[in-house]
Amino acid sequence: MNRKWIPKITFWRCVFALIFLMGLYVSYIRFFKGLGASTNLNDKVPWGLWVGFDVLCGVGLAAGGFTITLVVHLFNMKKYKPIVPSTVLSAFLGYNLVSAGLMYDIGRPYRIWHPMRFWNHHSVMFEVALCVMMYTTVLALEFSPMIFKRLKWEKPLRIVKSITIPLVIAGFILSTLHQSSLGTVFLIVPGRLHQLWYTPILPLMFITSAIAAGLSMVIVESYISRRAFNKRLELDLLAGVGRAVLVVLAVYCVLKVKDLFNRDAIELLFDGSHESKMFLLEMGLGVAAPLGMLAVSRIRETQSGLFISSVMVVTGFVINRLNVSITGMISSSGVKYFPSWMEIGATVFLVAMGFALFGAAVKYLPVFPEETEQETEESLRYLVPERRPVMTP
Amino acid sequence: MSKGMLIDTTLCVGCCMCEEACNEKNDLPKCDESDLSACKFTKVFERGDYYVRKMCMHCEEPACASVCPVGALKKLKEGPVIYYEKKCIGCRYCMQACPFQIPTYEWASAFPRVRKCWFCYDRVMAGSQPACAEACPTGATKFGDRKELVVEARKRIAENPDQYHSHIFGEHEVGGTSMLYLAAVPFGRIGFKSNLIEKPLPLLTWNVLSKIPDFVLVGGTLLGGVAWIINRRIILQDERIEEAERKRNAGEPTTRSGFFGRFGKK
Ligand code: SF4
Ligand code: SF4
Ligand code: SF4
Repeated sequence: MNRKWIPKITFWRCVFALIFLMGLYVSYIRFFKGLGASTNLNDKVPWGLWVGFDVLCGVGLAAGGFTITLVVHLFNMKKYKPIVPSTVLSAFLGYNLVSAGLMYDIGRPYRIWHPMRFWNHHSVMFEVALCVMMYTTVLALEFSPMIFKRLKWEKPLRIVKSITIPLVIAGFILSTLHQSSLGTVFLIVPGRLHQLWYTPILPLMFITSAIAAGLSMVIVESYISRRAFNKRLELDLLAGVGRAVLVVLAVYCVLKVKDLFNRDAIELLFDGSHESKMFLLEMGLGVAAPLGMLAVSRIRETQSGLFISSVMVVTGFVINRLNVSITGMISSSGVKYFPSWMEIGATVFLVAMGFALFGAAVKYLPVFPEETEQETEESLRYLVPERRPVMTP
Repeated sequence: MSKGMLIDTTLCVGCCMCEEACNEKNDLPKCDESDLSACKFTKVFERGDYYVRKMCMHCEEPACASVCPVGALKKLKEGPVIYYEKKCIGCRYCMQACPFQIPTYEWASAFPRVRKCWFCYDRVMAGSQPACAEACPTGATKFGDRKELVVEARKRIAENPDQYHSHIFGEHEVGGTSMLYLAAVPFGRIGFKSNLIEKPLPLLTWNVLSKIPDFVLVGGTLLGGVAWIINRRIILQDERIEEAERKRNAGEPTTRSGFFGRFGKK
């Protein structure tokens, strides 16, 4: 029994240890030597990978949280209830990592609480900051039952459960606000953000793509969890989520194309510039291809088809956010930018922390439902013979 | 009265006296950056046959001040857009949002500040003129009331139509700026941004931001209503099943379905 507490040395543990050490080093340089020593940012490119990926993508990919809780608790689609704990957990972890990423990015991290004291209600960023803070609190409350259950604390469990509906509603409103506001952030830079991305409906684009990517993330996470922890969700549930992704993605696609026509920006698509290529990549990989795959029910209802199309949606989403925040801003800034190895390192470090925390939570908390499917057990037993002894009556 | 400066690029001889005066006034460290930077609040560029001074435009409705989450930048009624170092969290949204890409950052410092021209606010308040305007030997930089400077600029254009391109840069760009420029050629040719809109930029985000209270109210009520209706339905359904069972078991008819019951029924 005691052996359980001494980690075995495996390949992935070594990788993780290396990433951890690198993270410590990068953090030291960043916090003691400043942004200039750790990043390739400059006066003309003040925002780079940390804003583009750690913040914009981090927040967006956690959008599964509010969507699924809304569908289950408000529209009462009980079928999807098993997905709730894992999405809430990953959203909660996601937002905490976004805050950690912000600590790296903002010049004076110890003043991160300032927006609570010095209000500027004309600022989109102020609104995003408040929403994110409040929503993280909501997520913490939504997540707390898992801990209370584990600790067998009946009373707080009952209290939190009794306010589920208000929490879900608050979560929905806060999420829609800050998800779309991340798009509004770029409305102030007409003439600087490339025409392919700058549109008055950026807020709408951001919320729609966040929902599609957030739901795809649910599928991806479930698949990875199965590989890593032998815990999983049932395929028909995930195929249902896939159908939702299909619908949202279709709406997004129509919005995107219609918007290009409305603004007469369609010819920019084929002018062969770096921006046009990145735009086509984002749309082809993240929207068109998965749309095609998910539309075919034979693909949607298989494990790998669902997984691959979800990964595509997530990748396309990441490219989109990086395009808006970096690619689209570069040409007007007049200088080149590519993230330094330390910027990439800190990002990898944060993502690895996310994986580790998710893994720990899955191990010790009731995140995934106890497996019921007899076949899964059967098919997996040879991998983990000691996991559940065969009971003979 | 809102102050401003009129910068006449046809008079500028590129002596860089303004640069030097500014560096001295603001105790800036020596450096030879090719653009504005944390050690240079103003810089003279050679653009074709002309010299052009670049500095913060002190917009009438500054994008930098509107986007700052903590209000560390502020437009004062006297004209200057100034920076409260103690509030700034270093998000650098101001740098991203400024249509002229003016604010700079102390990248090398562990406790960096945003740096930009502050229109020598202390001197303006004391009734004198900014260091750069005072140092200018040719009068290419002229300090005064913005309104009067606009009149003056118009006069210069009207009196010498061959010498001037008939546009005052800064009169209407992004809602107007405290700095006004005159030039002999179209501004795009001497390095000015030519794709600026005339509307103040903060309007673009305010259009969206101002709808938030409505969204919260309407959205909250709507969702609350939906939640209530759906829950009511479930409760009633359970009740009906329960009742039917009881009826069957006890063999007695019951009618326990009040107002809300009928409301929830389909
Ligand atoms: S020029 Fe830029 S920094 Fe100066 S006031 Fe205008 S928006 Fe702010
Ligand atoms: S960097 Fe400072 S001054 Fe600029 S927007 Fe952020 S908090 Fe405001
Ligand atoms: S107004 Fe003052 S701070 Fe601004 S450029 Fe002139 S001397 Fe420098």
